Amino acid sequence: MFEKGEEGRLAPGPALGPEPEPEPGPEPGPSSGSGSVLGNGINPRTRAVKLRTRAVNLYYGDYHALRDITMDIHGCTITAIIGPSGCGKSSLLRLFNRMNDLIPGVRVEGQILLDDQPITGKPTDVTMLRRRVGMVFQRPNVFPMSIYDNVVIGPRRHGVKQRLALDAIAERSLRQVALWEELKDSLKKQAMGLSPGQQQRLCIARALAVKPEIILMDESCSALDPESTMKIEGLMLELTKEYTIIIVTHNMEQARRVSDMSAFMMIDEDKVGTLVEYAPTLELFANPRHQQTEDYITGRYG
Amino acid sequence: MMRKFREKLPGRIFFLLALSSISVLALITVFIVVQGAPIIARVGVIDFVFGMSWAPSQGEYGIFPMIVGSLSVTLGAVVLGVPIGICCSIFLAEFAPVRLRNLFRPAIQLLAGIPSVVYGLWGLIFIVPFIRNYMGGPGLSILAGSVVLAIMILPTVISISEVSILALPPAYKEGALALGMTHWQAIRSVQLPAAKSGIVAAVILGIGRAIGETMAVIMLLGNAVALPSSILDPIRTLTTNIGIEMGYATGEHREALFATGIVLFVVIMILNSTAQTIVKRKKDQ
Ligand SMILES: Nc1ncnc2c1ncn2[C@@H]1O[C@H](COP(=O)(O)OP(=O)(O)OP(=O)(O)O)[C@@H](O)[C@H]1O
Ligand SMILES: [Mg+2]
Repeated sequence: MFEKGEEGRLAPGPALGPEPEPEPGPEPGPSSGSGSVLGNGINPRTRAVKLRTRAVNLYYGDYHALRDITMDIHGCTITAIIGPSGCGKSSLLRLFNRMNDLIPGVRVEGQILLDDQPITGKPTDVTMLRRRVGMVFQRPNVFPMSIYDNVVIGPRRHGVKQRLALDAIAERSLRQVALWEELKDSLKKQAMGLSPGQQQRLCIARALAVKPEIILMDESCSALDPESTMKIEGLMLELTKEYTIIIVTHNMEQARRVSDMSAFMMIDEDKVGTLVEYAPTLELFANPRHQQTEDYITGRYG
Repeated sequence: MMRKFREKLPGRIFFLLALSSISVLALITVFIVVQGAPIIARVGVIDFVFGMSWAPSQGEYGIFPMIVGSLSVTLGAVVLGVPIGICCSIFLAEFAPVRLRNLFRPAIQLLAGIPSVVYGLWGLIFIVPFIRNYMGGPGLSILAGSVVLAIMILPTVISISEVSILALPPAYKEGALALGMTHWQAIRSVQLPAAKSGIVAAVILGIGRAIGETMAVIMLLGNAVALPSSILDPIRTLTTNIGIEMGYATGEHREALFATGIVLFVVIMILNSTAQTIVKRKKDQ
């Protein structure tokens, strides 16, 4: 794979965060397995890098929300972003699909690269970017229309007009979230009538219908009951075969259960969000390199 | 004893006030019905509503041309005013920079505060001669009335539509944008459908305003009691019929004007209850 060369080229780039990075540099390959492997026996770091951030700083007006975030997110993995409330997890996630653009006075410094193409700055086609980087929100936000229309609204707006093609997309997307058997006979019903768990899965189906490459999930299970949460976690593990998933979660168990890589964020002394530690999940939870990380994951934070 | 009385006093006062306003409403209704119903009974509902000839001196009381008049002028006002109103509300709710919005809103409220006689005067000076000179006919016409009524219903349509768009949860818009839609696509395919019931209610309230308007249409419509053959023909509406003739009507004629009021009342009631059921259905969802 080209990965090694990529890492080499970027090695002299900006340092990782304000603190010296204690991690050993980029791992040379599968041989360096330190127990931090995916369920299928592959080290997440050997996957091609899908998304890179390089010294990203984010400002809401005068408020400095994120400082020097540098991380590589690997393709077909699940990355969990964890950290205390207000440390900028959502802000970081919204940078990846440019949802921060909606906020007046927002300013970004540094670079974010999707498949090595920059997605920060003016020339980016934001609507195209959002088709490639889908998002599932904290509260299920189904639209007040039928279940079917909810799923196919994205493809429809992007130019798919034929009924048969739309039907196929609806079925495929609903199957991907295991809703097809439950709902295939009630596609014409209002989506608002579904249970919150079903609504959230419908939102995932809606995001999948536009065939994204990355799916961002901002605390997407936090408003749901444990059973629905388990279902959605199962989905994530299923979807990660094809999609790159980045989640924000306050639930340490969830991060541990589903994610391959974990990023721990924290507010530093100047009240700015920083990336403290980013490592394969097993490593980060078993062997945190920073005291703050350890305090947080063991619940001693606060 | 005294304390108990004091505690209950405010509630009772409000109850009385509420009761009095409701009873005034009821009184008006009863009054109009008592005054107007006998003549409808004598002429017959069908002949009254669908009769073509209005000649009180000969005892002929058919108000069909005026019903057509009210409906056609109102329809014209809706066709001209509603699209503009909805576009304005979308602009204000979604596109206008804050400063422009702060300029627009009071301006629109001002539009609502202008007395209708002033609108009538303005129409008489600008719209009527324009139609007479460039489109033909007497100028006093359905078209003239429709244009001015369209402007008069704008504040209602704009403000209620805007409120219903602004009341949508931001999650709809975010969800739509996150799917890669453009701003306009998000408005058209998610926000407008979601605000549909509010917008429909705005339109119906606008219709109610248009159909009930009297002064401006007296000045602009020409007041001919005949079925129109084009939008350039003069016409009379239910409201103008009452407004023009009540001053001198006596006896049966007077009763017939009250009966006209009943018909108007029924039409407006139907419109209002439609608006209310639509808004309620939205809430139940
Ligand atoms: N639109 C905004 N305008 C100004 N400041 C904002 C805005 N959104 C977030 N912030 C600030 O940025 C900081 C990070 O917010 P963010 O929502 O990213 O945190 P978070 O880690 O997702 O928190 P939580 O766990 O509570 O969701 C907070 O201090 C917040 O007040
Ligand atoms: Mg958040």
